[in-house]
Amino acid sequence: MTEEIIIAGFGGQGVLSMGKILAYSGIMQDQEVSWFPSYGPEMRGGTANVTVILSDNRISSPILRVYDTAIILNQQSMDKFEEAVKPGGLLIYDGNGISNHPSRKDIKICRVDAAAEAAKLGNTKIFNMIVLGGYLKEKPVVKLDNVMLGLKKSLPERYHDLLPANEKAILRGQEIIQTIE
Amino acid sequence: MKEIRLMKGNEAVAEGAIRAGADAYFGYPITPQSEVMEYLMLEKPHERTGMVVLQAESEVASINMLYGAAGTGKRVMTSSSSPGISLMQEGISYMAGAELPCILVNVVRGGPGLGTIQPSQADYFQTTKGGGHGDYRLIALAPASVQEMFDFAGLGFELAFKYRTPVMIQTDGLIGQMMEKVELSEQQARITEFDQSWATTGKTPDRAQNVITSLDLDSSRQEQHNIHLQKKYQEVADNEVRYETFDSDDAEYLFVAYGSSARICQKAIELGRAKGIKVGLFRPITLWPYPMKELKAAAAKVKGILAVEQSAGQMIEDVKLATECNIKAEHFGRMGGMIPTPEEVLLALENKIIGGK
Repeated sequence: MTEEIIIAGFGGQGVLSMGKILAYSGIMQDQEVSWFPSYGPEMRGGTANVTVILSDNRISSPILRVYDTAIILNQQSMDKFEEAVKPGGLLIYDGNGISNHPSRKDIKICRVDAAAEAAKLGNTKIFNMIVLGGYLKEKPVVKLDNVMLGLKKSLPERYHDLLPANEKAILRGQEIIQTIE
Repeated sequence: MKEIRLMKGNEAVAEGAIRAGADAYFGYPITPQSEVMEYLMLEKPHERTGMVVLQAESEVASINMLYGAAGTGKRVMTSSSSPGISLMQEGISYMAGAELPCILVNVVRGGPGLGTIQPSQADYFQTTKGGGHGDYRLIALAPASVQEMFDFAGLGFELAFKYRTPVMIQTDGLIGQMMEKVELSEQQARITEFDQSWATTGKTPDRAQNVITSLDLDSSRQEQHNIHLQKKYQEVADNEVRYETFDSDDAEYLFVAYGSSARICQKAIELGRAKGIKVGLFRPITLWPYPMKELKAAAAKVKGILAVEQSAGQMIEDVKLATECNIKAEHFGRMGGMIPTPEEVLLALENKIIGGK
Protein backbone atom coordinates (compact mmCIF):
# COMPACT_ATOMS: atom_id res chain seq x y z
CA MET A 1 0.00 0.00 0.00
CA THR A 2 1.19 3.49 -0.86
CA GLU A 3 -0.92 6.58 -0.27
CA GLU A 4 0.29 9.91 -1.63
CA ILE A 5 -1.52 12.90 -0.15
CA ILE A 6 -1.40 16.66 -0.51
CA ILE A 7 -3.03 18.77 2.21
CA ALA A 8 -3.37 22.44 1.28
CA GLY A 9 -4.97 25.48 2.83
CA PHE A 10 -4.26 28.64 4.82
CA GLY A 11 -1.54 28.95 7.42
CA GLY A 12 -3.16 28.51 10.83
CA GLN A 13 -5.67 25.89 9.71
CA GLY A 14 -3.45 23.15 11.05
CA VAL A 15 -2.44 21.82 7.63
CA LEU A 16 1.12 20.97 8.61
CA SER A 17 0.14 19.46 11.94
CA MET A 18 -2.58 17.33 10.33
CA GLY A 19 0.13 15.98 8.03
CA LYS A 20 2.41 15.36 10.97
CA ILE A 21 -0.28 13.43 12.85
CA LEU A 22 -0.90 11.29 9.76
CA ALA A 23 2.83 10.62 9.41
CA TYR A 24 3.16 9.69 13.08
CA SER A 25 0.11 7.42 12.78
CA GLY A 26 1.86 5.66 9.90
CA ILE A 27 4.95 5.12 12.03
CA MET A 28 2.75 3.63 14.76
CA GLN A 29 1.73 0.91 12.34
CA ASP A 30 5.27 0.34 11.04
CA GLN A 31 4.86 2.13 7.74
CA GLU A 32 7.41 4.23 5.93
CA VAL A 33 6.42 7.90 5.96
CA SER A 34 7.52 11.20 4.51
CA TRP A 35 6.30 14.75 5.18
CA PHE A 36 7.46 17.66 3.09
CA PRO A 37 6.02 21.12 3.82
CA SER A 38 5.89 24.25 1.76
CA TYR A 39 8.30 26.51 3.61
CA GLY A 40 8.88 29.06 0.91
CA PRO A 41 7.56 32.50 0.05
CA GLU A 42 4.07 31.15 -0.63
CA MET A 43 3.87 30.21 3.04
CA ARG A 44 4.73 33.74 4.05
CA GLY A 45 1.86 34.85 1.81
CA GLY A 46 -0.60 32.89 3.95
CA THR A 47 -1.00 29.55 2.21
CA ALA A 48 0.48 26.30 3.43
CA ASN A 49 0.67 22.82 2.03
CA VAL A 50 2.27 19.55 2.90
CA THR A 51 2.92 16.34 0.98
CA VAL A 52 2.50 13.22 3.10
CA ILE A 53 3.33 9.73 1.85
CA LEU A 54 2.50 6.55 3.75
CA SER A 55 3.78 3.28 2.36
CA ASP A 56 4.55 -0.33 3.19
CA ASN A 57 7.67 0.04 1.04
CA ARG A 58 10.61 2.41 0.88
CA ILE A 59 9.47 5.85 -0.27
CA SER A 60 11.12 7.24 -3.38
CA SER A 61 10.41 10.89 -4.09
CA PRO A 62 9.05 12.99 -1.20
CA ILE A 63 7.73 15.51 -3.72
CA LEU A 64 5.18 14.68 -6.36
CA ARG A 65 3.20 16.14 -9.23
CA VAL A 66 0.09 13.99 -8.83
CA TYR A 67 -1.54 12.57 -5.73
CA ASP A 68 -3.90 9.78 -4.67
CA THR A 69 -5.70 12.21 -2.38
CA ALA A 70 -5.93 16.00 -2.19
CA ILE A 71 -7.35 17.57 0.96
CA ILE A 72 -8.18 21.14 0.00
CA LEU A 73 -9.07 23.85 2.47
CA ASN A 74 -9.16 27.11 0.50
CA GLN A 75 -9.90 28.41 -2.98
CA GLN A 76 -6.28 29.06 -3.96
CA SER A 77 -5.42 25.46 -3.18
CA MET A 78 -8.46 24.24 -5.11
CA ASP A 79 -7.27 26.20 -8.16
CA LYS A 80 -3.82 24.68 -7.82
CA PHE A 81 -4.46 21.09 -6.78
CA GLU A 82 -7.80 19.91 -8.25
CA GLU A 83 -5.92 18.99 -11.43
CA ALA A 84 -3.22 17.21 -9.43
CA VAL A 85 -5.46 14.35 -8.26
CA LYS A 86 -4.73 11.08 -10.11
CA PRO A 87 -7.65 9.76 -12.19
CA GLY A 88 -9.67 7.58 -9.84
CA GLY A 89 -8.25 9.48 -6.87
CA LEU A 90 -9.97 11.34 -4.06
CA LEU A 91 -10.54 15.05 -3.48
CA ILE A 92 -11.81 16.17 -0.08
CA TYR A 93 -12.65 19.80 0.54
CA ASP A 94 -14.24 22.12 3.04
CA GLY A 95 -16.93 24.22 1.36
CA ASN A 96 -16.18 27.24 3.54
CA GLY A 97 -14.88 30.05 1.31
CA ILE A 98 -15.00 27.95 -1.84
CA SER A 99 -16.66 29.75 -4.76
CA ASN A 100 -15.51 27.50 -7.60
CA HIS A 101 -16.43 24.00 -6.57
CA PRO A 102 -14.48 21.05 -7.98
CA SER A 103 -15.87 19.78 -11.26
CA ARG A 104 -13.80 16.75 -12.29
CA LYS A 105 -15.77 13.64 -13.21
CA ASP A 106 -12.88 11.14 -13.11
CA ILE A 107 -12.22 11.37 -9.37
CA LYS A 108 -14.23 10.91 -6.20
CA ILE A 109 -15.15 14.24 -4.59
CA CYS A 110 -16.16 14.53 -0.93
CA ARG A 111 -17.08 17.54 1.11
CA VAL A 112 -16.50 17.90 4.82
CA ASP A 113 -17.71 21.22 6.21
CA ALA A 114 -15.33 21.18 9.12
CA ALA A 115 -15.09 24.94 9.63
CA ALA A 116 -18.85 25.21 10.13
CA GLU A 117 -18.89 22.14 12.36
CA ALA A 118 -15.99 23.39 14.49
CA ALA A 119 -17.77 26.72 14.94
CA LYS A 120 -20.95 24.90 15.93
CA LEU A 121 -19.01 22.90 18.50
CA GLY A 122 -17.45 26.14 19.75
CA ASN A 123 -13.86 25.03 19.20
CA THR A 124 -12.20 26.21 16.00
CA LYS A 125 -8.95 24.48 16.97
CA ILE A 126 -10.35 21.03 16.23
CA PHE A 127 -11.07 22.03 12.62
CA ASN A 128 -8.21 20.00 11.19
CA MET A 129 -9.14 16.91 13.20
CA ILE A 130 -12.66 17.01 11.76
CA VAL A 131 -11.12 17.10 8.29
CA LEU A 132 -8.79 14.25 9.20
CA GLY A 133 -11.77 12.23 10.45
CA GLY A 134 -13.53 12.76 7.13
CA TYR A 135 -10.46 11.61 5.26
CA LEU A 136 -10.10 8.48 7.39
CA LYS A 137 -13.75 7.60 6.74
CA GLU A 138 -13.04 7.63 3.01
CA LYS A 139 -9.59 6.07 3.23
CA PRO A 140 -8.93 4.16 6.44
CA VAL A 141 -5.19 4.03 5.70
CA VAL A 142 -4.38 4.30 9.38
CA LYS A 143 -6.32 2.83 12.28
CA LEU A 144 -7.96 5.22 14.71
CA ASP A 145 -5.97 3.70 17.59
CA ASN A 146 -2.76 4.54 15.75
CA VAL A 147 -4.01 8.04 14.99
CA MET A 148 -4.56 8.58 18.71
CA LEU A 149 -1.06 7.25 19.41
CA GLY A 150 0.32 9.50 16.67
CA LEU A 151 -1.55 12.46 18.10
CA LYS A 152 -0.11 11.76 21.51
CA LYS A 153 3.39 11.65 20.01
CA SER A 154 3.05 14.88 18.08
CA LEU A 155 1.27 16.93 20.75
CA PRO A 156 3.40 18.31 23.58
CA GLU A 157 2.45 16.69 26.88
CA ARG A 158 0.89 19.87 28.26
CA TYR A 159 -1.84 19.50 25.63
CA HIS A 160 -2.62 15.87 26.33
CA ASP A 161 -5.83 16.86 28.15
CA LEU A 162 -7.09 17.83 24.68
CA LEU A 163 -6.79 14.30 23.31
CA PRO A 164 -10.46 13.35 24.00
CA ALA A 165 -11.71 16.49 22.21
CA ASN A 166 -9.54 15.60 19.23
CA GLU A 167 -10.82 12.06 19.14
CA LYS A 168 -14.40 13.32 19.24
CA ALA A 169 -13.59 15.70 16.37
CA ILE A 170 -12.21 12.85 14.28
CA LEU A 171 -15.36 10.80 14.91
CA ARG A 172 -17.54 13.82 14.07
CA GLY A 173 -15.63 14.27 10.80
CA GLN A 174 -16.35 10.67 9.92
CA GLU A 175 -20.05 11.34 10.43
CA ILE A 176 -20.40 14.57 8.46
CA ILE A 177 -18.35 13.86 5.33
CA GLN A 178 -20.51 13.63 2.23
CA THR A 179 -19.84 12.31 -1.22
CA ILE A 180 -20.66 14.83 -3.97
CA GLU A 181 -22.18 13.24 -7.03
CA MET B 1 14.32 -1.51 21.74
CA LYS B 2 14.94 0.68 18.73
CA GLU B 3 14.28 4.37 19.24
CA ILE B 4 12.26 5.66 16.30
CA ARG B 5 11.30 9.28 15.76
CA LEU B 6 9.68 11.40 13.10
CA MET B 7 12.20 14.17 12.45
CA LYS B 8 13.18 16.86 10.01
CA GLY B 9 16.51 16.42 8.26
CA ASN B 10 17.82 19.50 10.01
CA GLU B 11 16.84 18.09 13.40
CA ALA B 12 18.28 14.68 12.58
CA VAL B 13 21.75 16.03 11.73
CA ALA B 14 21.73 17.96 15.01
CA GLU B 15 20.67 14.92 17.05
CA GLY B 16 23.20 12.84 15.11
CA ALA B 17 25.97 15.22 16.14
CA ILE B 18 24.93 15.12 19.81
CA ARG B 19 24.85 11.32 19.78
CA ALA B 20 28.18 11.11 17.96
CA GLY B 21 29.70 12.88 20.94
CA ALA B 22 30.15 16.36 19.45
CA ASP B 23 31.84 18.84 21.76
CA ALA B 24 30.58 22.07 20.24
CA TYR B 25 28.34 23.70 17.66
CA PHE B 26 28.83 27.27 16.50
CA GLY B 27 26.42 28.71 13.97
CA TYR B 28 24.31 31.54 12.70
CA PRO B 29 20.68 31.25 11.54
CA ILE B 30 19.66 31.15 7.89
CA THR B 31 16.71 29.51 6.11
CA PRO B 32 16.38 26.62 5.27
CA GLN B 33 18.68 25.25 8.00
CA SER B 34 17.71 27.26 11.07
CA GLU B 35 16.16 24.18 12.72
CA VAL B 36 19.66 22.77 13.24
CA MET B 37 20.52 25.37 15.85
CA GLU B 38 16.90 25.72 17.05
CA TYR B 39 16.85 22.00 17.80
CA LEU B 40 20.20 22.15 19.57
CA MET B 41 19.09 25.12 21.67
CA LEU B 42 15.87 23.35 22.69
CA GLU B 43 17.61 20.05 23.33
CA LYS B 44 20.20 21.66 25.64
CA PRO B 45 22.93 19.09 24.90
CA HIS B 46 25.02 20.81 27.58
CA GLU B 47 22.79 19.03 30.08
CA ARG B 48 22.89 15.72 28.20
CA THR B 49 26.56 15.40 27.24
CA GLY B 50 28.29 18.66 28.04
CA MET B 51 28.22 19.78 24.39
CA VAL B 52 28.44 23.53 23.88
CA VAL B 53 25.97 25.26 21.54
CA LEU B 54 26.61 28.87 20.70
CA GLN B 55 24.98 31.32 18.33
CA ALA B 56 27.83 33.36 16.90
CA GLU B 57 27.48 36.94 15.67
CA SER B 58 28.03 35.92 12.05
CA GLU B 59 29.06 33.05 9.81
CA VAL B 60 32.61 34.40 9.72
CA ALA B 61 32.71 34.26 13.50
CA SER B 62 31.23 30.72 13.52
CA ILE B 63 33.90 29.26 11.27
CA ASN B 64 36.69 30.95 13.23
CA MET B 65 35.25 29.60 16.49
CA LEU B 66 35.36 26.20 14.81
CA TYR B 67 39.01 26.78 13.90
CA GLY B 68 39.88 27.60 17.48
CA ALA B 69 37.94 24.76 19.08
CA ALA B 70 39.07 22.20 16.48
CA GLY B 71 42.64 23.27 17.18
CA THR B 72 42.26 21.92 20.70
CA GLY B 73 41.29 18.52 19.30
CA LYS B 74 37.55 18.84 19.95
CA ARG B 75 34.71 17.51 17.80
CA VAL B 76 33.13 20.64 16.37
CA MET B 77 30.40 21.41 13.91
CA THR B 78 28.67 24.26 12.14
CA SER B 79 25.80 24.48 9.68
CA SER B 80 24.52 27.10 7.30
CA SER B 81 22.98 27.53 3.89
CA SER B 82 24.61 28.66 0.66
CA PRO B 83 25.21 32.41 1.23
CA GLY B 84 26.41 31.66 4.77
CA ILE B 85 28.72 28.91 3.54
CA SER B 86 30.19 31.38 1.03
CA LEU B 87 31.03 33.67 3.95
CA MET B 88 32.83 30.78 5.67
CA GLN B 89 35.12 29.92 2.76
CA GLU B 90 38.18 31.73 4.06
CA GLY B 91 37.97 29.82 7.33
CA ILE B 92 37.33 26.52 5.57
CA SER B 93 40.48 26.95 3.47
CA TYR B 94 42.43 27.81 6.66
CA MET B 95 41.08 24.71 8.41
CA ALA B 96 42.02 22.50 5.46
CA GLY B 97 45.48 24.08 5.43
CA ALA B 98 45.92 23.70 9.19
CA GLU B 99 44.53 20.14 9.01
CA LEU B 100 41.69 20.70 11.42
CA PRO B 101 38.84 18.18 11.63
CA CYS B 102 35.25 19.45 11.73
CA ILE B 103 31.89 18.88 10.12
CA LEU B 104 30.24 21.56 8.05
CA VAL B 105 26.61 21.20 7.00
CA ASN B 106 25.41 23.09 3.93
CA VAL B 107 21.62 22.96 3.47
CA VAL B 108 21.79 24.36 -0.03
CA ARG B 109 19.30 26.96 -1.29
CA GLY B 110 18.91 28.57 -4.69
CA GLY B 111 21.51 31.15 -5.73
CA PRO B 112 23.57 32.93 -6.83
CA GLY B 113 23.72 35.73 -4.28
CA LEU B 114 21.00 35.72 -1.65
CA GLY B 115 18.94 33.85 -4.23
CA THR B 116 15.94 32.11 -2.71
CA ILE B 117 15.17 29.97 0.32
CA GLN B 118 13.99 26.97 -1.72
CA PRO B 119 16.06 23.80 -2.33
CA SER B 120 18.94 23.73 -4.78
CA GLN B 121 22.09 21.73 -5.51
CA ALA B 122 24.01 24.51 -7.20
CA ASP B 123 26.81 24.54 -4.60
CA TYR B 124 28.37 21.38 -6.06
CA PHE B 125 31.28 23.29 -7.58
CA GLN B 126 31.83 25.22 -4.35
CA THR B 127 31.92 22.02 -2.30
CA THR B 128 33.93 19.78 -4.61
CA LYS B 129 36.16 22.10 -6.63
CA GLY B 130 37.46 24.32 -3.85
CA GLY B 131 35.16 27.03 -2.48
CA GLY B 132 38.09 28.73 -0.81
CA HIS B 133 41.60 29.35 -2.09
CA GLY B 134 44.50 26.96 -2.44
CA ASP B 135 44.97 23.29 -3.23
CA TYR B 136 42.64 21.57 -0.83
CA ARG B 137 39.74 19.14 -0.83
CA LEU B 138 36.76 18.62 1.42
CA ILE B 139 35.40 15.15 1.99
CA ALA B 140 31.80 15.71 0.88
CA LEU B 141 28.89 13.51 1.95
CA ALA B 142 25.49 13.88 0.27
CA PRO B 143 22.63 12.41 2.35
CA ALA B 144 19.44 11.44 0.50
CA SER B 145 17.20 10.77 3.49
CA VAL B 146 16.56 12.02 6.99
CA GLN B 147 18.10 8.79 8.31
CA GLU B 148 21.31 9.61 6.47
CA MET B 149 21.27 13.14 7.87
CA PHE B 150 21.43 11.49 11.28
CA ASP B 151 23.96 8.82 10.31
CA PHE B 152 26.31 11.12 8.40
CA ALA B 153 26.93 13.34 11.40
CA GLY B 154 28.68 10.40 13.07
CA LEU B 155 30.33 9.26 9.83
CA GLY B 156 31.46 12.83 9.20
CA PHE B 157 33.24 13.07 12.54
CA GLU B 158 34.83 9.68 11.98
CA LEU B 159 36.26 10.72 8.60
CA ALA B 160 37.22 14.20 9.77
CA PHE B 161 39.36 12.75 12.57
CA LYS B 162 40.71 9.84 10.58
CA TYR B 163 42.17 12.25 8.03
CA ARG B 164 42.33 15.43 10.12
CA THR B 165 40.37 17.40 7.55
CA PRO B 166 37.05 19.26 7.30
CA VAL B 167 34.08 17.20 6.12
CA MET B 168 31.17 18.82 4.32
CA ILE B 169 27.69 17.34 4.57
CA GLN B 170 26.08 18.82 1.48
CA THR B 171 22.34 18.54 1.55
CA ASP B 172 19.51 20.82 0.45
CA GLY B 173 16.32 22.47 1.60
CA LEU B 174 14.25 19.46 0.63
CA ILE B 175 16.13 16.96 2.79
CA GLY B 176 16.57 19.55 5.54
CA GLN B 177 12.88 20.44 5.77
CA MET B 178 11.24 17.07 5.18
CA MET B 179 10.32 14.69 7.97
CA GLU B 180 10.90 10.95 7.83
CA LYS B 181 11.22 8.09 10.22
CA VAL B 182 14.62 7.96 11.87
CA GLU B 183 16.09 5.11 13.83
CA LEU B 184 18.35 6.68 16.42
CA SER B 185 21.56 5.02 17.49
CA GLU B 186 22.74 5.15 21.07
CA GLN B 187 24.49 8.08 22.65
CA GLN B 188 28.26 7.88 22.36
CA ALA B 189 30.26 9.42 25.15
CA ARG B 190 32.18 12.57 24.33
CA ILE B 191 35.80 11.69 23.85
CA THR B 192 37.84 13.20 26.63
CA GLU B 193 40.97 11.11 26.13
CA PHE B 194 42.18 11.77 22.60
CA ASP B 195 45.29 12.07 20.47
CA GLN B 196 46.90 15.29 21.63
CA SER B 197 50.07 14.89 19.60
CA TRP B 198 48.96 17.73 17.32
CA ALA B 199 46.33 19.62 19.32
CA THR B 200 46.93 22.82 21.28
CA THR B 201 45.95 21.52 24.69
CA GLY B 202 48.71 23.16 26.70
CA LYS B 203 52.38 22.32 26.36
CA THR B 204 53.74 19.53 28.54
CA PRO B 205 57.47 19.23 29.35
CA ASP B 206 57.88 16.05 27.31
CA ARG B 207 57.15 17.52 23.90
CA ALA B 208 57.68 20.57 21.73
CA GLN B 209 54.85 23.06 21.48
CA ASN B 210 52.09 22.31 18.98
CA VAL B 211 51.28 25.06 16.53
CA ILE B 212 48.07 25.24 14.54
CA THR B 213 48.59 27.41 11.50
CA SER B 214 48.14 27.46 7.77
CA LEU B 215 50.92 30.01 7.34
CA ASP B 216 54.46 29.11 6.37
CA LEU B 217 56.40 31.82 4.57
CA ASP B 218 59.17 29.39 3.67
CA SER B 219 57.99 28.24 0.25
CA SER B 220 59.95 25.00 0.22
CA ARG B 221 58.34 24.00 3.52
CA GLN B 222 54.95 25.15 2.24
CA GLU B 223 55.42 22.97 -0.81
CA GLN B 224 56.29 20.01 1.41
CA HIS B 225 53.11 20.70 3.38
CA ASN B 226 51.14 20.75 0.12
CA ILE B 227 52.69 17.46 -0.95
CA HIS B 228 51.69 16.01 2.40
CA LEU B 229 48.12 17.27 1.94
CA GLN B 230 47.90 15.84 -1.58
CA LYS B 231 49.13 12.47 -0.35
CA LYS B 232 46.41 12.53 2.28
CA TYR B 233 43.75 13.45 -0.29
CA GLN B 234 44.93 10.58 -2.48
CA GLU B 235 44.51 8.23 0.46
CA VAL B 236 40.97 9.53 0.94
CA ALA B 237 40.25 9.09 -2.78
CA ASP B 238 41.55 5.51 -2.62
CA ASN B 239 39.62 4.49 0.47
CA GLU B 240 36.53 6.57 1.05
CA VAL B 241 34.46 6.48 -2.14
CA ARG B 242 30.83 5.75 -1.36
CA TYR B 243 27.94 5.25 -3.77
CA GLU B 244 24.87 3.11 -4.30
CA THR B 245 22.79 1.90 -7.21
CA PHE B 246 19.08 1.19 -7.71
CA ASP B 247 17.53 -0.98 -10.39
CA SER B 248 20.75 -0.85 -12.35
CA ASP B 249 21.24 -4.60 -13.03
CA ASP B 250 19.20 -4.72 -16.23
CA ALA B 251 19.24 -0.98 -16.93
CA GLU B 252 19.69 0.36 -20.44
CA TYR B 253 19.79 3.93 -19.20
CA LEU B 254 21.10 5.47 -16.03
CA PHE B 255 20.19 8.47 -13.94
CA VAL B 256 23.15 9.84 -12.02
CA ALA B 257 21.96 11.93 -9.10
CA TYR B 258 22.70 12.61 -5.43
CA GLY B 259 20.72 13.94 -2.47
CA SER B 260 17.11 14.96 -3.08
CA SER B 261 17.49 14.51 -6.86
CA ALA B 262 18.36 10.86 -6.27
CA ARG B 263 15.02 10.47 -4.49
CA ILE B 264 13.12 12.16 -7.31
CA CYS B 265 14.92 9.92 -9.83
CA GLN B 266 13.77 6.82 -7.94
CA LYS B 267 10.17 7.85 -8.56
CA ALA B 268 11.03 8.59 -12.20
CA ILE B 269 12.39 5.03 -12.40
CA GLU B 270 9.07 3.66 -11.08
CA LEU B 271 7.19 5.70 -13.71
CA GLY B 272 9.65 4.77 -16.46
CA ARG B 273 9.63 1.07 -15.71
CA ALA B 274 5.82 1.11 -15.74
CA LYS B 275 6.19 2.31 -19.35
CA GLY B 276 8.79 -0.35 -20.18
CA ILE B 277 11.84 1.92 -20.00
CA LYS B 278 14.69 0.07 -18.32
CA VAL B 279 16.31 2.82 -16.30
CA GLY B 280 18.33 2.67 -13.12
CA LEU B 281 20.09 5.04 -10.77
CA PHE B 282 23.72 5.57 -9.84
CA ARG B 283 23.90 7.67 -6.70
CA PRO B 284 27.21 9.15 -5.53
CA ILE B 285 27.17 9.34 -1.73
CA THR B 286 30.58 10.99 -1.56
CA LEU B 287 30.64 13.97 -3.95
CA TRP B 288 34.35 14.13 -3.24
CA PRO B 289 35.96 11.70 -3.64
CA TYR B 290 33.67 11.15 -6.63
CA PRO B 291 33.06 7.48 -7.56
CA MET B 292 34.96 7.80 -10.83
CA LYS B 293 35.93 4.16 -11.44
CA GLU B 294 32.59 2.83 -10.22
CA LEU B 295 30.59 5.15 -12.47
CA LYS B 296 32.81 4.31 -15.42
CA ALA B 297 32.08 0.61 -14.89
CA ALA B 298 28.33 1.20 -14.50
CA ALA B 299 28.25 3.44 -17.57
CA ALA B 300 29.86 0.76 -19.73
CA LYS B 301 26.68 -1.31 -19.39
CA VAL B 302 24.18 1.33 -20.54
CA LYS B 303 23.27 3.32 -23.65
CA GLY B 304 23.13 6.74 -22.06
CA ILE B 305 23.20 8.75 -18.88
CA LEU B 306 21.07 11.61 -17.61
CA ALA B 307 22.72 13.54 -14.78
CA VAL B 308 19.97 15.11 -12.68
CA GLU B 309 20.88 17.95 -10.36
CA GLN B 310 19.05 21.08 -9.21
CA SER B 311 21.59 23.30 -10.98
CA ALA B 312 22.56 24.49 -14.45
CA GLY B 313 24.81 21.43 -14.79
CA GLN B 314 27.69 21.06 -12.35
CA MET B 315 28.05 17.36 -11.46
CA ILE B 316 27.71 16.50 -15.17
CA GLU B 317 31.35 17.59 -15.51
CA ASP B 318 32.44 14.80 -13.18
CA VAL B 319 30.16 12.35 -14.99
CA LYS B 320 31.95 13.23 -18.23
CA LEU B 321 35.35 12.93 -16.56
CA ALA B 322 34.43 9.56 -15.06
CA THR B 323 33.13 8.20 -18.36
CA GLU B 324 35.90 9.91 -20.36
CA CYS B 325 33.13 11.26 -22.60
CA ASN B 326 32.75 7.77 -24.07
CA ILE B 327 29.02 7.66 -23.49
CA LYS B 328 26.15 9.96 -24.24
CA ALA B 329 25.59 12.00 -21.09
CA GLU B 330 23.35 15.03 -20.64
CA HIS B 331 22.31 17.21 -17.73
CA PHE B 332 18.79 17.93 -16.59
CA GLY B 333 17.86 20.22 -13.75
CA ARG B 334 15.78 23.10 -12.51
CA MET B 335 17.33 26.17 -10.93
CA GLY B 336 16.69 28.93 -8.46
CA GLY B 337 14.83 26.76 -5.94
CA MET B 338 12.50 24.98 -8.37
CA ILE B 339 12.28 21.24 -7.71
CA PRO B 340 11.88 19.00 -10.75
CA THR B 341 8.97 16.54 -10.63
CA PRO B 342 9.56 12.85 -11.34
CA GLU B 343 7.49 13.25 -14.53
CA GLU B 344 9.76 16.05 -15.77
CA VAL B 345 12.85 13.96 -15.08
CA LEU B 346 11.48 11.01 -17.02
CA LEU B 347 10.48 13.25 -19.92
CA ALA B 348 14.01 14.69 -20.01
CA LEU B 349 15.42 11.16 -20.20
CA GLU B 350 13.08 10.35 -23.08
CA ASN B 351 13.87 13.55 -24.97
CA LYS B 352 17.55 14.05 -24.31
CA ILE B 353 18.86 10.48 -24.10
CA ILE B 354 16.42 7.90 -25.45
CA GLY B 355 15.13 10.14 -28.24
CA GLY B 356 18.76 10.84 -28.95
CA LYS B 357 18.30 14.46 -29.93
